[in-house]
Amino acid sequence: MELTISVIVGFMILGAIYAIHARDILSAVIAGGIVGYSLVICFLLIKAPDLAIVQIVVETITLIIMIAVVLDSSRTEAYGRFDGQAYATAGAALVILLILFWLFRHASASLDHFGEGTLRMSDAYINGAVEKTGSVNLVTGVIFDFRGYDTLGEATVLVTAVLGVLTILRIRGRK
Amino acid sequence: MKGMTIIVKKTTQLIAGMIFLYGIYIILHGHLTPGGGFAGGIILAGSFILLILAYGSDFLILVRKESGSTIYENLGVLVFLFLALTGLLFGGRIFFANWLPHGTPGELISAGFLPLYNICVGIEVAASILSIFLALIIFKEEILK
Repeated sequence: MELTISVIVGFMILGAIYAIHARDILSAVIAGGIVGYSLVICFLLIKAPDLAIVQIVVETITLIIMIAVVLDSSRTEAYGRFDGQAYATAGAALVILLILFWLFRHASASLDHFGEGTLRMSDAYINGAVEKTGSVNLVTGVIFDFRGYDTLGEATVLVTAVLGVLTILRIRGRK
Repeated sequence: MKGMTIIVKKTTQLIAGMIFLYGIYIILHGHLTPGGGFAGGIILAGSFILLILAYGSDFLILVRKESGSTIYENLGVLVFLFLALTGLLFGGRIFFANWLPHGTPGELISAGFLPLYNICVGIEVAASILSIFLALIIFKEEILK
């Protein structure tokens, strides 16, 4: 199980690296799709079908929109010059990456083994959730009953995003 | 945007309705099976996006469709907020109180407010994704004009 997930995560890293370095933007977008669809398989392997359904649907719609945009505009990437400032930025990114790696290494030493044990808060959600919410699907019970504020916030974020897109893209005013 | 060939159009005619029905099924059974408002809403928007991509924008009056979808999007969030606020009135002064009778767990009509929340979020997500897609297409048409 852990070996399978490790292999899939390796594929995701390869796809992401190819997406950065591809000369053709269309192939970069499709290589970015590798990351999303591999994540779907990971979600199915760790038994999270709710997340898998959402991820596969969102990934498909995003890929369709990105491909439609790329086909209608340019397919070649505009490369900038690689001067001293670029070297400084790359060096700073590398230092921050090493610090983060060291911190995550220390943090993961104090966690439980992968797939074992639950957090204290999730025990309160799992025990007797069907009686409290009346919903057989525990995920729906959590996101709409225990964590209703979160879902309201997510819905509001989506509305705000649409408002921003309409504000930026509207050229002529509506009569 | 130009439409595609006759093969794509006929296949889209056959499939789009079924995709729409599947989205409604995912939304309505959100409290019983995996899925829910977010996944079902995006599937609903996907059936519309499929139709628009296959037939092109000559057949559809896009601006009117966009104003409709923005209205439904805002309506979805407002009804969601209103249903949550009713908990303040009837559910012992608790925001998001699930004060409707819960019924038998496992049946289609059960779990009080959760199916209603699912329907609101489903309508809102579908209208949002469709609004963004239509805004991109309308932007390109306006540029070309």
